[in-house]
Amino acid sequence: MPIEVNGKSYETDEEGYLANLSDWNEDLANAMAQADGAELDSNHWEVINFLREYYDEYQIAPAVRVLTKAIGKKLGPDKGNSKYLYELFPYGPAKQACKYAGLPKPTGCV
Amino acid sequence: MADFETPEVKEYLDMPELKPGAMSHSKPFVSRDEFQGPLGFPGELVDDWQNVALAKLAELLNTNRGLKVFMDSCVKCGACTDKCHYFLGTSDPRNMPVARQDLLRNVYRRYFTWPGRLFPKLVGAQDLTEDVLDQWYSYFHQCSECRRCSVYCPYGIDTAEITMAAREVMNAVGKGQKYSNEIIGKVFKIGNNLGLPQPALLDTLEGLEEEVKEDTGVDVRYPLDEKGADVLLVTPSADFFAEPHVDGLIGYGKVFHQAGISWTLSSHASEAANFGLFIGSQENMRKIAMRVREAAEELGVKRIVFGECGHAWRVAYSFLNTLAGPFDFLDPRYPVPQHICEVTHELIQRGALTLDKSANDHRRVTFHDSCNVARASRMGNTPGGQFTIPREIIQAVCNHYYDMPPDTIGEATFCCGGGGGLLTDDLMELRVKGALPRMQALRQVVEQEGVTHLAAICAICKSQFAKVLPYYGFEMDQIVSVHQLVSDAIVLEPARQNT
Repeated sequence: MPIEVNGKSYETDEEGYLANLSDWNEDLANAMAQADGAELDSNHWEVINFLREYYDEYQIAPAVRVLTKAIGKKLGPDKGNSKYLYELFPYGPAKQACKYAGLPKPTGCV
Repeated sequence: MADFETPEVKEYLDMPELKPGAMSHSKPFVSRDEFQGPLGFPGELVDDWQNVALAKLAELLNTNRGLKVFMDSCVKCGACTDKCHYFLGTSDPRNMPVARQDLLRNVYRRYFTWPGRLFPKLVGAQDLTEDVLDQWYSYFHQCSECRRCSVYCPYGIDTAEITMAAREVMNAVGKGQKYSNEIIGKVFKIGNNLGLPQPALLDTLEGLEEEVKEDTGVDVRYPLDEKGADVLLVTPSADFFAEPHVDGLIGYGKVFHQAGISWTLSSHASEAANFGLFIGSQENMRKIAMRVREAAEELGVKRIVFGECGHAWRVAYSFLNTLAGPFDFLDPRYPVPQHICEVTHELIQRGALTLDKSANDHRRVTFHDSCNVARASRMGNTPGGQFTIPREIIQAVCNHYYDMPPDTIGEATFCCGGGGGLLTDDLMELRVKGALPRMQALRQVVEQEGVTHLAAICAICKSQFAKVLPYYGFEMDQIVSVHQLVSDAIVLEPARQNT
């Protein structure tokens, strides 16, 4: 089920994750969030940008403790915890934020 | 998000009013060519799939004597009907274990028994049609292979074996399940279910060392690929990645540190889980298990210890030696393999750990027996050790421990609702409904004993509960790792030398 943004069609998998990582752009992330009834603010973008940077280096999304530590450094220690991340991404930071960041869904016992 | 209703938790777990077909729509995503190929399965439904399926079933009946007996021996006594969490949670009579089994049994009768060949209608024999294959796909992915029903079956029919056989036949004809098969492929390619490559593991473990240092002031190591360590720890990759799993991993490291045991993780065997079991594939199970042996040999360890992972412990305890043995290169003084709970328990018994129980005084804890540990393995040297050892560990580190009702724990434990390769978002309705019996039992100790936390020793159980607890009015962080409780209570000293 492809997703349409700015007149262009992007291929996704069964769960709406982008099929080709290189297709990603910011408008696409916003469109995915809107489809879920969410709006991305600067805090969401801090998470999304960190996920993309980390993926670039390690070919995998960061583990939860790596992510909370990084976000705590960027947004303040009161936000460096998974409770805050779940406020931002109620369906789970690993899965929902990865989707908006154009990364594959984490698999396994998570 | 949910387009289904969470079942109501009542005072007693009733036999539900039947709703035929209530879950016939529930089907996981079908696997694709790219995930099927690496496992040796066809990428899509093959043209002569009926013949291929029947040939595969014939092969399984010939090689697995148990399966043949299970096909023949059901007398429809009904003892299993109300024992399955998926039946109790969904009300779909097809989820009565006997009815689910019959989806395969009826086809077996048609093609492999003479009354079924001659008088199919008289004996309930069924042609293998596309409609039957669809039902297999749906309902054999509504069994978590937890084996609770088997405990109550007077003939000992093992439903999990039947589910595994059905899944294997489906894989043979090219109708595999995406979730399990994609994951197995990642283990072959990268070494773990999540696909965490070695640099990411290193980065994550370094972060944990920093975190423990900040929390305790003590340098606790989380080593990766260190040759010459005594212990190879094989743990589910969720322990690196997710909460509350990671707090368990932190706990294992503290136990090893405090006991002066040198240990290492391996990037090659960075996964305890073995999803080959879930899809009933001996060959894939063997390939995953071999990675543990290869890592142990490569690193020159003396012992293999498994972290908190339910089905991994079944595979490790019951099959590791057959799949990847003999392990004659390891230290014969230790069992192969050991469970982390056995290690910790033994250390507690001989007073090797200093524990401050009051560190867990803000928690009132109960323990969820994971199905594969409870009904398919053992710990320690005495029968039932898999039940007593985790509880004795918790009681050694917590002042407040309470069991859930006896018919929901131990050998009679209810599955978390996400086991057996069903821990995937495309089966969320099934997972939420299947959690009902466990949530009901939890509610009881929450109300009667003020229990605040549910502890578990399985990565799947932990993820499943973190996801479904909120559906039942609980908080997601009420699920904890057993070694998280140990971690919080252990009084650390600076690095010790090997004992």
